Amino acid sequence: MPTDFTSQAVTAGTGTPAPIRKRRRTAAAPRVILYLILALFCVYYLLPLCVMVVNSLKPLGEITAGGMMALPEQWTLAPWSSAWSTAQVGVDATGLRPYFVNSILMVVPAVAISTILGALNGYVLTKWTFRGATLLFGLVLFGCFIPFQIVLIPMARMLGLMGIAGTVPGLVFVHLVYGIGFSTLYFRNYYAAFPTELVRAAQIDGAGFFTIFRRILLPSSGPIAVVCIIWQFTNIWNDFLFGASFSDFDSQPMTVALNNLVQSSTGVKEYNVHFAGAIMAALPTLLVYVVAGRFFVRGLMAGSVKG
Amino acid sequence: MGFLEIDRATKSYGAVKVLHETDISIDEGEFLVLVGPSGCGKSTLLNMIAGLEEVSSGDIRIKGRSMNGVKPADRNIAMVFQSYALYPNMTVRGNISFGMEMHKVPKPERETKIAQVADLLQIGQLLDRKPGQLSGGQRQRVAMGRALTRDPDVFLFDEPLSNLDAKLRVDMRMEIKKLHQKLGTTIVYVTHDQIEALTLSTRIAVMYGGYVQQMGTPREIYDNPANLFVAGFMGSPSMNLFPARVVDAGGAPAAEFTLAGGETALLPFAGDALAAQQGRDIVLGIRPEAITDEGGADRNSRAVHVVESPIEITEPAGSDTFVVTQWGGRDAVGRFRADVPARAGDRFAFAVNMEKAVVFDPETETRIA
Repeated sequence: MPTDFTSQAVTAGTGTPAPIRKRRRTAAAPRVILYLILALFCVYYLLPLCVMVVNSLKPLGEITAGGMMALPEQWTLAPWSSAWSTAQVGVDATGLRPYFVNSILMVVPAVAISTILGALNGYVLTKWTFRGATLLFGLVLFGCFIPFQIVLIPMARMLGLMGIAGTVPGLVFVHLVYGIGFSTLYFRNYYAAFPTELVRAAQIDGAGFFTIFRRILLPSSGPIAVVCIIWQFTNIWNDFLFGASFSDFDSQPMTVALNNLVQSSTGVKEYNVHFAGAIMAALPTLLVYVVAGRFFVRGLMAGSVKG
Repeated sequence: MGFLEIDRATKSYGAVKVLHETDISIDEGEFLVLVGPSGCGKSTLLNMIAGLEEVSSGDIRIKGRSMNGVKPADRNIAMVFQSYALYPNMTVRGNISFGMEMHKVPKPERETKIAQVADLLQIGQLLDRKPGQLSGGQRQRVAMGRALTRDPDVFLFDEPLSNLDAKLRVDMRMEIKKLHQKLGTTIVYVTHDQIEALTLSTRIAVMYGGYVQQMGTPREIYDNPANLFVAGFMGSPSMNLFPARVVDAGGAPAAEFTLAGGETALLPFAGDALAAQQGRDIVLGIRPEAITDEGGADRNSRAVHVVESPIEITEPAGSDTFVVTQWGGRDAVGRFRADVPARAGDRFAFAVNMEKAVVFDPETETRIA
């Protein structure tokens, strides 16, 4: 039906005589200017990334000779392989690879667990409400806005007591604690708009607490799960403060390692390697955005309509 | 002892009492309709029967078994919701079989059951669709199909037709009635639509303000409303209720009331209930179909009296013409035959069947005759 409508509208538009066409041409001018401005901003925003990519693909000599903005005369992947596996990071010449692995080992469980717990919290706070649920949700929200710096010392003490200080599981724990606030917020608001009658129908059908969650709510939670995963992944992957504070040499995440790579004071500054390392550190979040990004806005809207 | 018994059940949220002490008892196979305006406690009562809301005090028994503390799934009930509550991520087949799956019914048995239900409700061709691809009426059928697979002791319907358009509502209403006659299962049905209540039920409980105002068969409720609320709520167009005074007219009691111009009219009562109460203020209740043109009056009635009164407006409705006049300062609607030449402004003879008149006390609002 809608296609019929548009085709009708189009024929009506082209079939009408000159005056309307004239108006179209005048209407096109602002549009052209608009696109020009947009293109300009696009270039402006992409320029840093271009500079990084270009410089990561040229030998160090070309950069130090002052050709920062020029395309490489001699294309090379050497800076990339150096950054990945041989560059000096802190005291060891291991490249960024082990730290990349650390970050993955930290991000995946932290994102997965905080998302699942957030979904469960949201489910309980909206569909199995109890006395004080609103207050509890308020406190969880409050947790979202506690500045990182405040918890550094108590958290260090806690991690020590739990025996996971300076380990990857320790970092997972820290990010989990911080992540639950946001994931709860997302899922609570999303599930607030989820019809309670469905839960009641499932109850009458004989489904229990977890069955209802798994069979009825989770299959409809795609958009908000994507939002939550993107948010958590980006935040945890990009975190520097907790990584620098609570990790040991062998458990440092990518962000801290990148800093160490760039700050290593022995020898010459290998800018091309630094550029390659910085891109490597940014790639996973970029990938997550590209793959899941189109759900992001949709999910945000879906959650924000009610609740 | 009834099949479904609600025994002094109440419900309160904190200090707010939404359902006052309620006693209802119905037999197996009855169709009980809980009817009332929004906020009267009817849905709460239904949810209490379903086990979705706890009973604050009192008890609900199904087949003599107390339901206090019994989970909804273990009550052997099935429920159809106002919004249908179909699981959006499952196909129609999945929706219907979900309950059986939860009750660990083996797969072959589930399949036969689905086929049976699909056949009964004519939804066979929809089984592989998602609820989002169905029309309102189809969703309604699927929701009923899901309930049917349970072979429940009691069916609960929570305003199942209120989301449908007018025509479909009438069709589905008929189907629900057919279904009840075919299956003979006990049904509790909540609605705010008094027509649904009258057409479907074998028993009606009219609710208002957390109280059951009156419980009875549709005929009892319609002909003998217990109080002003029931009289005004049930029936469409609703009963004419207007102030009058009991006077003595030649030895028999009659109702005296004012017409539009300030003159008064007399309607002698059919019975003697108010014989010794001259001067008492009353509210007289007469249904529109008991106020007719002279030719259309009920010939079996021995208490048809004529009142000459100016017509304010007429509403031709095809099969009948509704004629409005002013009695006791209120609009009084009469139901005339369609071809009666009644015109606004005319003075016309209204024939009132006083056998059908009811009388209420204006203070207590209860029925006195």
